[in-house]
Amino acid sequence: MLKNRIIPCLDVKNGRVVKGINFVDLKDAGDPVEQASIYSNGGADEICFLDITASNENRDTIIDVVNKTAEKCFVPLTVGGGVRTIDDIRNLLLAGADKVSINTAAVKDINFVKQASKKFGTQCMVIAVDAKKVSDGKWEIFTHGGREKTGIDAIEFSKKAEANGAGEILLTSMDKDGTKSGYDLDLLKIITKSVNIPVIASGGAGTLNHLYEAIKTGGASAVLAASIFHYGEFTIKDTKEYLKSKNIPVRL
Amino acid sequence: MLLTVVDYGVGNLRSIAKSIEKANSESKLNYSVRVSSNVKDIKNSDKIVLPGQGSFKACKNGINNIEGLLEELNESVLTKKKPIYGICAGMQLFATKGFEEEETPGLNWISGEVIKLDLGSTNFKIPHMGWNELKIENDSKVFKDIINKNHAYFIHSYEFIPKDNKNVSITTNYGKDVIAAVSFENIFGSQFHPEKSQSTGIKILTNFLNL
Repeated sequence: MLKNRIIPCLDVKNGRVVKGINFVDLKDAGDPVEQASIYSNGGADEICFLDITASNENRDTIIDVVNKTAEKCFVPLTVGGGVRTIDDIRNLLLAGADKVSINTAAVKDINFVKQASKKFGTQCMVIAVDAKKVSDGKWEIFTHGGREKTGIDAIEFSKKAEANGAGEILLTSMDKDGTKSGYDLDLLKIITKSVNIPVIASGGAGTLNHLYEAIKTGGASAVLAASIFHYGEFTIKDTKEYLKSKNIPVRL
Repeated sequence: MLLTVVDYGVGNLRSIAKSIEKANSESKLNYSVRVSSNVKDIKNSDKIVLPGQGSFKACKNGINNIEGLLEELNESVLTKKKPIYGICAGMQLFATKGFEEEETPGLNWISGEVIKLDLGSTNFKIPHMGWNELKIENDSKVFKDIINKNHAYFIHSYEFIPKDNKNVSITTNYGKDVIAAVSFENIFGSQFHPEKSQSTGIKILTNFLNL
């Protein structure tokens, strides 16, 4: 039986983890490679790096991080943030990333997704859908880390992403992100029913029950979370044991 | 001893090379691992790993586009009987033909076809992506330490179905029994990614190195 995946996400800026695990035994809390190893050894099903480096001249730092992580972690690695060109994708894959997460560039031009998936395969194309509720049953896409409104319908866009070669959708609720009040289950439900590719739930995890709801009620194939793991509230193992006790298939 | 990971323009070769190096150093073996598209390297290799990403057709084209590669692979594998391990679409290439994008002839090392995952229900998302449990079907030297319910990482939409069931080493359940690994003489491969499957994957790669 296929297991639901638990994916810790690390924000990386100029090659350093911004929000990260606060474990006492950590030699260098800012080292993304060390943090990724801890998660990987702890049972994470995948690791996600979100590169939030602002300046272009420091963009190569993420390549170096991916390079070093690939030497130590033998679990799938997704890298997102600032992926705009075919060369960006190629460089990340060559460094050792398995998937790239694309947001702004996909919204701007869906043909980019089509071209990239033809070239590298749909298996490495994660399309990041950042959605905000605009009225009952209606969500719109935002880009540039949630700062820019596009007027594009989130459901329609998700279908379009699937049709153009997305292998997976990383769905973040901009309303819920950072609130720790739970995932946007209505949004999740409608997107997971609208597409036949896996959907990763993101934005709003505060308790283990939130993860359970995202999978059970929302239909998510995977759940992504940052702060509940980073601040040591729950380990990956705690999370999986909890989900297992509620009959969610997980890899333990 | 030399192992070559064939670089024909597809796939994440670095993590494959790193995982083989890890298997090599953990078991104190003396392989040097090379990622190469040079036909001479493959000729000089003791073992070969054939990765694969993207469509069956794109992978086959990738091989065809390197002069002499197809001939050398046939020579190494069929005549010299060098052990080869195919990963994901690299394993699918062993088939007689594939149907992704359009009908494309494969390497025809293991009789069979590569077809779209037919799960008979929309309850199962495609691609089949994530960690799934393995079920041993037939004994194989490369998969010998793997036990039922070990997990491996899958990501695929097509499936290689060998003509002869005896070639199926492992299956995994996803709406039906999906072919997860194959073996035939010196030819081995898995639909899942050993390089992404933590200790289970390292075990398989170690067995392959130990052949």
